[in-house]
Amino acid sequence: MDTKRTTFNNRLLPYLLLAPQLAITLVFFIWPAAQAVKSSFEREDPFGFSTVFVGFTHYQRLLADPNYLDSLWRTAVFAVSVTVLAMVLGLAFAAAVDRLARSAKFYTTLLVWPYAVAPVVAGVLWWFLFNTSTGLLPYFLERFGIRWDHDLNGTHAMILIIVAAAWKQISYNFLFFLAGLQSVPQSLIEAAAIDGSGPVKRFFTISLPLLSPTTFFLFIINVNYTMFDTFPIVDATTGGGPAQATTTLVYKVYQDGYVGLNLGSSSAQSVLLMLIVMLLTFVQFRFVERRVQY
Amino acid sequence: MGGPYWGPAPIKVEDITMLKKLSMAAFAVALSATSSLAATEVTWWHAMGGELGKKLEEIAQKFNESQADYKVVPVYKGSYPETLTAAIAAFRANQQPAIVQVFEVGTGTMMAAKGAVYPVYKLMADEGETFDPKTFLTPVTGYYSDTQGNILSLPFNSSTPIMYYNKDVFKKAGLDPEVAPKTWKEVEEFSKKIVSSGAAKCGFTSAWITWVQTENLSALHDKPFGTLQNGFGGVKSEFTFNGPLQVKHWANLKKWQDEGLFKYGGPVGGDQAATMFYAQECAITMNSSAGRAGVINNAKTFTPGFAPLPYYDDEIKEPKNSIIGGATLWVLNGKDKATYKGVAKFFSYLSKSEVQADWHQFTGYLPITNAAYDLGQKQGYYQKNPGSDIAIKQITRGTPSENSKGVRFGNFTQVRTIVDEEFQALLANKKDAKQALDSAAQRGNALLREFEAANSN
Repeated sequence: MDTKRTTFNNRLLPYLLLAPQLAITLVFFIWPAAQAVKSSFEREDPFGFSTVFVGFTHYQRLLADPNYLDSLWRTAVFAVSVTVLAMVLGLAFAAAVDRLARSAKFYTTLLVWPYAVAPVVAGVLWWFLFNTSTGLLPYFLERFGIRWDHDLNGTHAMILIIVAAAWKQISYNFLFFLAGLQSVPQSLIEAAAIDGSGPVKRFFTISLPLLSPTTFFLFIINVNYTMFDTFPIVDATTGGGPAQATTTLVYKVYQDGYVGLNLGSSSAQSVLLMLIVMLLTFVQFRFVERRVQY
Repeated sequence: MGGPYWGPAPIKVEDITMLKKLSMAAFAVALSATSSLAATEVTWWHAMGGELGKKLEEIAQKFNESQADYKVVPVYKGSYPETLTAAIAAFRANQQPAIVQVFEVGTGTMMAAKGAVYPVYKLMADEGETFDPKTFLTPVTGYYSDTQGNILSLPFNSSTPIMYYNKDVFKKAGLDPEVAPKTWKEVEEFSKKIVSSGAAKCGFTSAWITWVQTENLSALHDKPFGTLQNGFGGVKSEFTFNGPLQVKHWANLKKWQDEGLFKYGGPVGGDQAATMFYAQECAITMNSSAGRAGVINNAKTFTPGFAPLPYYDDEIKEPKNSIIGGATLWVLNGKDKATYKGVAKFFSYLSKSEVQADWHQFTGYLPITNAAYDLGQKQGYYQKNPGSDIAIKQITRGTPSENSKGVRFGNFTQVRTIVDEEFQALLANKKDAKQALDSAAQRGNALLREFEAANSN
């Protein structure tokens, strides 16, 4: 593959052009991340009077703490559920809209709306819908013999945050899937149609495989989203409860660091979280590079 | 700030005399602005939102009007934990306010931060302001003093939990609306009557499971919450709140929940408890005395009653005093002499009985000084507002013991979260009362050791 090459006469210019972006990355990412790594090896009182180097103590404690391991497991459940739900629904809506001729734009607009809602508002919205005493959904669920109680029932609380987090992410997935579907060569679909395969078969044998780079990209993005950006949703709905049933990794970082002022352990958790996401991203690049070939 | 100049905009500018007047006014405003700049600013970070926040600002305003040298600037910083975290972050960046309001569970953290705090007793002595700890209510000062009896932070808003009940529901259930349940046995009996008669769906609920049903429960029955005088004796203390009394009470709460007599109001402050009480779903609730104003405002369709917290009469004949919650004002180090002079003056102003009585009567917080309480009595406030002195009577009854003086532990915000979590595990049938409390104490102790390690070097 031959790449386009731009040559600069001035040797300084390319660095200058990169400088703003590099400065932002340095100040807002590298520097705080380095700080987190540093304080993850230290024990410090909240006011910062005494700082002691403690090596891997925080990491050892975390990995031996059943609460942390539970939180890790719960985050995995949460991340996979939200991702699957948001992606399946996003794809379903995209496939549906893709078949529309005139009203496609109208539906696209409507389906993209939730993405503009701030996560905390999305959380509050679903919290209202699921409110045990005044909510609409518990009222309907009661007719099916389900007593909704996310204040005490951990499973209910988990379902609540999964639904709220997925709802917000469907729009994003929908947009990417729609773009992906629209770039599937029409000739392939027509050829298959002439050979007598129905719309369902065409979707599963032609569109879906051709969408795989998009699918994989979205999978990583969605997992990252649930790992980091769902904090406001948890905070606004369950507050990590009941009995830590919805305390995801990122929420625990906040709880221990911001509320509990245990900076060392909280930093160690951030670093672990960062490593997990780095690993995921690494896998994505390796995998996508290979898959993108066809 | 270009504010004052644009203020009188609707005035017709064509009118020259008017314009002159206007410029004169602007000049005057500018003058007064510089004079207020000359006044030393004292920043006060607080956590009082809504009505309480307005009242607090009014107090600062009145102080500023009472003299010209100092200007107290209150800044609302969000919830209690948010305010504390913000103050700590600001201190680390050398941008701290002079005064910060810290809730009672942050007391351990503040006391351990010796280099950050300017103890109030020392400040008042340095600035030559009269400050006599004896004028304050003993249970309040006891909570915020060091082991030598020196007050480290100025008590501002202190409350204690009391019982609220719905007189109309009591009547409907065939109970005497003027007689509140005294003991837990009566709470159970009354609740059964209330639920079986259909007067209300649930007998009782409670805000603050940690503070009311665990910490105060222990104090009332003279049982230790932790070793070393509930943590007052130092950072080496351990939790002992998994004793037989607490286990019995938690097991009862679980039993009463299963029987439909008790309904859980949620973690931390238990927001649902107030909602269920206002909606007449639950006939009784237990909450901070500072919730009184809210109850009166929300109890539009029923008459609320007020009573002391119930106790187990087979555990203790005369229940001890309850312990306080709320917040105090801490002075942070690193400001100049003039600022501290202003802080001292402001604290003297805050301790005045008129200011205290006004704040106490408006909010339902305790009067901090004996004089403020006396003033309220002289004004006939407690006669006109029956039930408003329940909290004071409850907190001052008997002689405080080591177990009822209060609790003081590091990392206590997190410990409360743990206690909430274990209580939820109990209600969700995951653990029995003993297991839940044992686990809470064990997890809490790990945090105490963490705190000890961070503060011992």
